[in-house]
Amino acid sequence: MIVAKRKPLNEIAEMLAPYKKVTVVGCRSCVAICLAGGEKEVKMLVSALKLKAKKEGRKQHVEGFVVERQCEKECVAEVQGKILDSDVTLSMACSLGAQTIGDMYPKHLTFPGLNTGIFGVPEEQGVWSEKCVGCGNCIIHTTGGICPIARCAKSMLNGPCGGSANRKCEVNLEVDCAWAAIYDRLKLQNRLDLMEQLTPAKDWSTSHAGGRRTYVREDAKLTPHQKKGKEAVQ
Amino acid sequence: MKAGSNLEKVFESGQFAVTAEIGPPQSANPGPLTHHAKMLKGYADAFNLTDNQTAVVRLSSIASAVIIMREGVEPVIQMTCRDRNRIALQSDLFGAAALGVKNVLCLTGDHHIFGNEKAAKGVFDLDSIVELQVFDALRTGGKQLGGELVKDPPKMYLGCAENPFATPYEWRATRLAKKAAAGADFCQTQAIFDMNMFEKWMDEVRSRGLDKKVHILAGVIPMKSAGAARYMKNKVPGMIVPNDIVDRMKNAKDAKEEGIKLCIEQIEVLKNMKGVHGVHIMAVAWEEMVPRIVKEAGLLPRPAIP
Repeated sequence: MIVAKRKPLNEIAEMLAPYKKVTVVGCRSCVAICLAGGEKEVKMLVSALKLKAKKEGRKQHVEGFVVERQCEKECVAEVQGKILDSDVTLSMACSLGAQTIGDMYPKHLTFPGLNTGIFGVPEEQGVWSEKCVGCGNCIIHTTGGICPIARCAKSMLNGPCGGSANRKCEVNLEVDCAWAAIYDRLKLQNRLDLMEQLTPAKDWSTSHAGGRRTYVREDAKLTPHQKKGKEAVQ
Repeated sequence: MKAGSNLEKVFESGQFAVTAEIGPPQSANPGPLTHHAKMLKGYADAFNLTDNQTAVVRLSSIASAVIIMREGVEPVIQMTCRDRNRIALQSDLFGAAALGVKNVLCLTGDHHIFGNEKAAKGVFDLDSIVELQVFDALRTGGKQLGGELVKDPPKMYLGCAENPFATPYEWRATRLAKKAAAGADFCQTQAIFDMNMFEKWMDEVRSRGLDKKVHILAGVIPMKSAGAARYMKNKVPGMIVPNDIVDRMKNAKDAKEEGIKLCIEQIEVLKNMKGVHGVHIMAVAWEEMVPRIVKEAGLLPRPAIP
């Protein structure tokens, strides 16, 4: 899932300070599960902002709402009235949610309440770790199911660098060396021959390096006729 | 001959090679480079110019190479993948070759978190093994990574680094095998303090026949103090300094003298180790000791090769 962290209260308050009417919109998807922008977090932030405004003698009306999936227009549309009725919307979703609101209402101000971080996996209560960077060409069948692009600080493709000590990463001694983990996994699977093979230069054009990506599923797209029908229903 | 560098000729002649390191300054002043080149000329067969080592911004390795070449000293440029994508790597190789550089050491590079520009965006488009592959394909087939043919490709003698003291230990000879397959002609090792562990690695290197494919330069560092020994033992990832060496430095009356003695003893052992074709002396910020070490280790005069 997408893991995000709430921005510090002071940073948010500063962003919102010039505005009288603020709508905070959370999301029940990834950011709710990673405890950054769900029901509870929206409620807490709204009361913190109110308190801060009062303390600082600012007149500010803050109201909070939560939608199912902020990255989908249909879900955002449910709170359209509340968004457009405010001076500014603070998105408590990942940047995808914030940009969906921004794209739907381009004249309206939408600010980010979260810092969107990683494609992560919950390791234990309150801990998420990055395991994918969305490079667009998965190779983990050759690396014991562990992604070296995301999990190695240098995205090494041909085994660990020379800084791996005690199977830890030189960049952060708390973190396991991705390639030591790959080595152990391949050994377990009796596939160490894969560690001998030369992996050629990676084609990064499928990643963000190739520019903004759009994925299209032709078979899932609506025909012009279906589109018309849908519009008629709405 | 692949590039016809002095270093290549020394290796090919079967003589025990000596290389050393010259760290470029953290400024635009060429003075320290000229000073070190003059001081070290004749004491090693080629000199490594580090490439923003530990990610600290320094005078560029290619520019440094040109500066020391003016003093009649042969450079080995280090080229990391940290700061250059495949476009810059190939372009810089063209440039270095055009300026007369004949040796390049291919490195992934220390992560920028260690340096003085911690907020940088690391490149890491390629890793050092792919870098070797790319440079080898350029010099042998005149073919760029993207497929384009190059009319006058750079002829370079290709080096790599390997660290027998990094984990997983049991895989470290395999890594050298990969580098040999990728095109490496020579290999500089991480500084050796644990001779037994190095012997173990060399055993595997020899049993795979890698010493016949790649000329191995064993890395040594002369230590100035017990503090330096402790620092390398505890703080430098992928370095192993046994306790007896730390103790020896600690108990020495004159630590600097002991550090030089120890380094010379290590070279004596390495000179007689099968498959080791030379030493690489990394006297970081202590370059002035290199002539003495080379002399007392019985490595003078350096072969005069036309």
